[in-house]
Amino acid sequence: MDFISNHLLSLILFTPIVGGLALMFLPAENKVLVRRVALGISLIPLLLTLILWAGFGDAPEVEGFRFQEQVEWYAAINSTYHVGVDGLSLSMVLLTTLLAPLAILASFNVEQNPKAYMALFLALETGMLGVFLSLDLLLFFVFWEIGLVPMYFLIDQWGSAKGDRELWGGMKVSSRRYAAFKFMIYTMAGSLGLLLAIQMLGVVSGTFDLVALFESWPTVSGTILGFSASQLKTAAFWAFAIAFAIKVPVWPFHTWLPDAHTEAPTAGSMILAGVLLKLGAYGFLRLVLPLYPEQAHEYAGALAFLATMAIIFGAFAAFGQTDFKRLVAYSSVNHMGFVVLGIAAAAYAAGTESATIALNGAVLQIFNHGISAAGMFFLVGVIYDRTHTRDLDKMGGLFPLMPVYGALLIFTSMASLGLPGLNGFVSEFLVVRGAWPIFTAYTALSMLGLLFTGAYILKGISKTLQGPLNEAWQGKLTEMSRRELLVMAPLVVLMLWLGFWPAWLLNVINQAMVTLFG
Amino acid sequence: MIGSISSEMILAILPEIVLLALVAVIFVVDLVVSDERRGMLATITAVGLLLTLVLTALFSRPGPEAVLLWGGMLRHDWLAFIFKIIFLVGALLTTIFTIGWEPIWRKGEFYVLLLTSTIGMTLVGASGDLIMLFLAIETTSIPLYVMAGFLTRDDKSNEAGFKYLLFGAMMTAVMLYGFSLLYGFTGTTNIYELTTAIGAGEIPAAVLVGAAVLVLIGFGFKVAMAPLHFWAPDVYEGAPTPVTAFLSTASKAAGFAALTRVMVAAFPSITLEWTTLVAIGAALSMTLGNLIALSQTNIKRLLAYSSVAHAGYALLGVAAASELGVASVVYYFLVYVVTNMAAFGAIIVVYRVVGSDEIADYAGLHRRQPLLGLVLLLAFLSLAGIPPMGGFFAKILVFAAAVEAGLIWLAVLGVLNAIIGLYYYLIVLKVMYVGESKDADKPLPVLRPHSAGLVVSVVALLVLGFVFGPFYQWAVSSASALF
Amino acid sequence: MEIPYILSAIVFLPILAGAAMLFFPPERRQLIYRFALGTAALVFLLSLVVYIGFDINGEQYQFIEKYDWLPALGISYYVGVDGISAPLVLLTGVVIFTGVIISQRIEDRTREFFAFLFILASGVFGVFVALDMFALFFFYEIAVFPMYLLIAIWGWKQTREYAAMKLTLYLFIGSVIALVGALAMYFQSGLGTFDMVRLATEVSFPVEFQNLWFPFVFFGFAILGGIFPFHNWSPDGHVAAPTAVSMFHAGVLMKLGAFAALRVGIMLMPEGAATHMPWIILLTLVNVVYGAFIAMVQTDFKYMIGFSSVSHMGLVVMGFATLTRDGFVGASVQMVSHGVMTALFFAVVGMVYDQAHTREIPKLGGLVRIMPFAAVAFIIGGLVSMGMPGFSGFIAEFPIFMGVWRTYPWIAIIGVVSIVVTAAYILRAIGKVFFGDLPAELEGHMHDIKPSEKLALGILAVILVGIGLFPGVMVPMVESGVDAVLGLLGGA
Repeated sequence: MDFISNHLLSLILFTPIVGGLALMFLPAENKVLVRRVALGISLIPLLLTLILWAGFGDAPEVEGFRFQEQVEWYAAINSTYHVGVDGLSLSMVLLTTLLAPLAILASFNVEQNPKAYMALFLALETGMLGVFLSLDLLLFFVFWEIGLVPMYFLIDQWGSAKGDRELWGGMKVSSRRYAAFKFMIYTMAGSLGLLLAIQMLGVVSGTFDLVALFESWPTVSGTILGFSASQLKTAAFWAFAIAFAIKVPVWPFHTWLPDAHTEAPTAGSMILAGVLLKLGAYGFLRLVLPLYPEQAHEYAGALAFLATMAIIFGAFAAFGQTDFKRLVAYSSVNHMGFVVLGIAAAAYAAGTESATIALNGAVLQIFNHGISAAGMFFLVGVIYDRTHTRDLDKMGGLFPLMPVYGALLIFTSMASLGLPGLNGFVSEFLVVRGAWPIFTAYTALSMLGLLFTGAYILKGISKTLQGPLNEAWQGKLTEMSRRELLVMAPLVVLMLWLGFWPAWLLNVINQAMVTLFG
Repeated sequence: MIGSISSEMILAILPEIVLLALVAVIFVVDLVVSDERRGMLATITAVGLLLTLVLTALFSRPGPEAVLLWGGMLRHDWLAFIFKIIFLVGALLTTIFTIGWEPIWRKGEFYVLLLTSTIGMTLVGASGDLIMLFLAIETTSIPLYVMAGFLTRDDKSNEAGFKYLLFGAMMTAVMLYGFSLLYGFTGTTNIYELTTAIGAGEIPAAVLVGAAVLVLIGFGFKVAMAPLHFWAPDVYEGAPTPVTAFLSTASKAAGFAALTRVMVAAFPSITLEWTTLVAIGAALSMTLGNLIALSQTNIKRLLAYSSVAHAGYALLGVAAASELGVASVVYYFLVYVVTNMAAFGAIIVVYRVVGSDEIADYAGLHRRQPLLGLVLLLAFLSLAGIPPMGGFFAKILVFAAAVEAGLIWLAVLGVLNAIIGLYYYLIVLKVMYVGESKDADKPLPVLRPHSAGLVVSVVALLVLGFVFGPFYQWAVSSASALF
Repeated sequence: MEIPYILSAIVFLPILAGAAMLFFPPERRQLIYRFALGTAALVFLLSLVVYIGFDINGEQYQFIEKYDWLPALGISYYVGVDGISAPLVLLTGVVIFTGVIISQRIEDRTREFFAFLFILASGVFGVFVALDMFALFFFYEIAVFPMYLLIAIWGWKQTREYAAMKLTLYLFIGSVIALVGALAMYFQSGLGTFDMVRLATEVSFPVEFQNLWFPFVFFGFAILGGIFPFHNWSPDGHVAAPTAVSMFHAGVLMKLGAFAALRVGIMLMPEGAATHMPWIILLTLVNVVYGAFIAMVQTDFKYMIGFSSVSHMGLVVMGFATLTRDGFVGASVQMVSHGVMTALFFAVVGMVYDQAHTREIPKLGGLVRIMPFAAVAFIIGGLVSMGMPGFSGFIAEFPIFMGVWRTYPWIAIIGVVSIVVTAAYILRAIGKVFFGDLPAELEGHMHDIKPSEKLALGILAVILVGIGLFPGVMVPMVESGVDAVLGLLGGA
């Protein structure tokens, strides 16, 4: 037991990938076994996270982080394997470990080489968890990048089978490959600045330990490496910000996202929207704000502007789609805009009460969007599995054929829309409440954006469920299966629970926000 | 000056004595042996040369101090000794490779000429007097003229002999004129007394330089130093291949033996002038030799030009005019004689079967006879200066000597030339290894004596490239004999 | 741990085995292969013993053997390994072992092939362990010339003669130019020794001397490291060479250049290095970025990897050029990382080519279903190549860039672009060659790779991942070597 409690984070972190490797030794023909084992493996981190959650309050806190572990890793450049959690990362870890089994459950219908699929998926989980748990900048970057690889292959191999695009050199590739490629290159290119900035930080500070950097880096001044400290910090701030902005994604860096989402397999989209996008937002909160408080304050306006643009354009773009999945994809841009708006507000007025409220809202919004977006993508996947099309114009009137599905779709859409009583409302309200006194105009514009949110969500619902029935589907559509319901059930429960009683989560978040920025 | 003859004096000319006896034996055997058994002439020569080599190595070894013997005519020192070894090795290997070469190997006079020439060389290396030197050079050269033109029914061979004779005679005359100037002004012909006389300022500087230039021209011709190399390719190509081998190794070495001794011993007062000339000669030899070798399609001509280039590398050591320089020259020739002999030996073997010296006809050689290919490979790589063959260390030594003497430009030019050299050597190797030929499955037999000669040469060049300690010690001893 | 004669055994075993092989009956191909494999395995094990036996806290040079070779000129057979060369010895051991395995398919003149390959290996080992400048050159040139034959005889028919000649001449030019510089040092020092340890510690060459001669020595060797603008022999050579030779060439030989440039150039003439590095680092930047872009437009699989080597080797020299601890550590690790990675690449490309008879990327596809193991190995190599964290490439490149940051921040900022370009071409190649549809022409005559080949790829891949996840297995050793070198640079 001691071992478990002393190495809880490492266990959470590495169980999935080790399990994934173990999966390789199962017989490939026995697909059912592979799937079940994978699901079983993914439940272990969830269980451990619940233990973590339960023990969180009592665990000793060092420099704001609990359950810390530190082992020598790359001594030559003073980087260590240093992990730990605070309320912020705890909630992210919970989100990840929760969504992972659901996504795996949702992927039970993958027929093409499920062994590799599941292994990659579990590797991806480790990558994401690593980002949330790292307390070392280099380690952070390691997990940040490593997560791209499984995602790349998930999209590339198990993405939608149709369509093709052209790469340079006259090479025709399928559009899922194009999307995977774009996803990878876009993110890697975005990370270049981050990489450079991390190197620079390491050179200047001689350490990558975040706890130490939080202390030392913001106070660096004078001339370093031939540049003035403030110039260098500004450049590094933008390097960080752009890398994270691409991941979130913030307008105008979002163009990789619709492609990736559309082409990804259902579970891939769930994780992409549910967790991967959160990495960017998490990066802002974990790194940008603490490391660059001055620069963040200075450029918060710009960030808020981008966030507002993301909210508005995201909504507009979503409304314009006829592809159901693209619609949901753009909705992510829209919703994540609120997260960034909250962060921007907090950056501008760090330490004030409004800022804390906005931050709480932003983090909660991260969590909420994770749940509802995963749900939405799953539901899109469910209908796609049956109709083999994502074209909204080819659907219609499906409610009577699949009443349970319809109900769930409406329910999840409402949560996403921000209907009071469901989770989305709480977080968006908090963001708006927090940001209003700080960026009044932007917040007001964002509220207008909310209007369009309503519009596209309703469009989605009406095009699928209502209107005249497309005769082609008569008798061909089956109701959701038990497995599919099982995927949705926890999500629905959480949406309701967080809508009615968000405090259980908010308390944890709030505590972290106060420690971090208070 | 002539006193009683001591054992030391006899031992000093032991090689010459044995060789002379061998000549006599050949004469006799040539008279008595029946036509079908004339092949034994070559065997006798070879055995005799081997015996001479052994006797020389055992008994003719000089003491630590150089001595002038025979009335100052001969100098018994390590330089002379080592060069004698080189000449004898050259002659021995040449003899071995003549076996089976029609019609040479059935002619007693050929071996007489070969041995006479060798006697001349051994004396060239040991001469302490200009008169002796001149006689020795003529003793060396005149048989060579005949040997080059030995194939009387072959136009090319005739041309080679005649050309060599004409140019040789002319250049000897020039050299002799230089000698006469030295004698005229100093009244002595002894090289080591010349030094004292010159040091005392008995010769006007201009005359001295003039004499040095004339002497240099004479020696330059013998070693085929550019621009005095023009005779070499035609003679090398026309002469029977074993003769070419002998010309390009032993004869060249003889020229270097005389060149280093005379220049270093007699002209220390104008070192800067003559080394500059030698340096220019070295630069020209290396560059011209290599550049022209690039475009050759005949392997004998290729080796002829490459030997011009090799003379250039060795001249680097001479131009350094230092102990290291002379040592490097000696080492260079130790290596060069076995390396070139290996190369020519292989060529002779191929010619015997294929009947051609065109590089193109070497295609597929490696498939026909892998070990012969290996021999050529090692020989050529040694020529190119690649370890673990002797050529590598020899080149390093001459370059080191040049760098030490401050002739950086020459060293750089030298290394660049080494690359050109590598290029054409590789071309040959490529043809041999990669080239396709319809004869690729035909066997290529090698005579047993030839195999022995090749193996000995190759082992020697590998040994010289890997355990250079004792041999370098020889070279250093030789060099210190001059300073 | 001191094991007598182990380095000599590593150096001379291959060449002796090679020489012995020349006398095997040529038609006994299996016997020759087994003999070669056995020797290679033994050498691999010995190099592993050296690696494991190296004591990080011990002397700078270990496993030392020193015998007079030519005392008159101060030449000795003096060998030993430090923290930088020990991993390279291991690398060479790995590459010779895997290279022999991959060469099982060589049918033409098998014994000569392995003989030359082993001579090459001896030369390479010799350079890595040589502590005597003469010995270093001696082995260096031994390593160069077998390449010619290996490429010219067993290479790709269309370019082999041209490429082999180009490669040999380039390398030879480099080595002889460096040689002149080395001789200059020898005479300038006045010690009358080629002992590099003494030359490095007991002599301080005048600054003007260093400024004059450093470029000779450095570029002479860096040509073999593929430095711009002298890189151009390298991709041609890679493409023309048979698989095992490409592995050796890119995997080990190019490191020889960088390593010797460090040993002879930077360590003996640190001030000359300091003078010239500012513009040399610009050249390496061109290597890194330009190499990556050129790789991106290649459609020939092997050319692509060839140019990627140019790009990655640029990083090695760049790391050295920073003259910082980080840069040195990174560059030294990068030598190993790139060596293993590129050996893996070429091995896989060879396997593909052997069956598909084409290397045009657009004409390949879908191979993952036929040779999944090779595909996974290649993907791992690809991830290393793009500097993905968790793999050795990241461990190596990160400190290099930190070193560059310390000295020339702009270079780091520009250089890092290469990472994305690399990712682009690697992903494209992976996507096209291993995934997608199997072209109709290849249907039916492709099959999975042999178990022995899987073993070879497995070893290479494990090293890449191992270093990536646990830098502690190699980096501390490298650091110990680097710290000693930095002592010579005045702790810069």
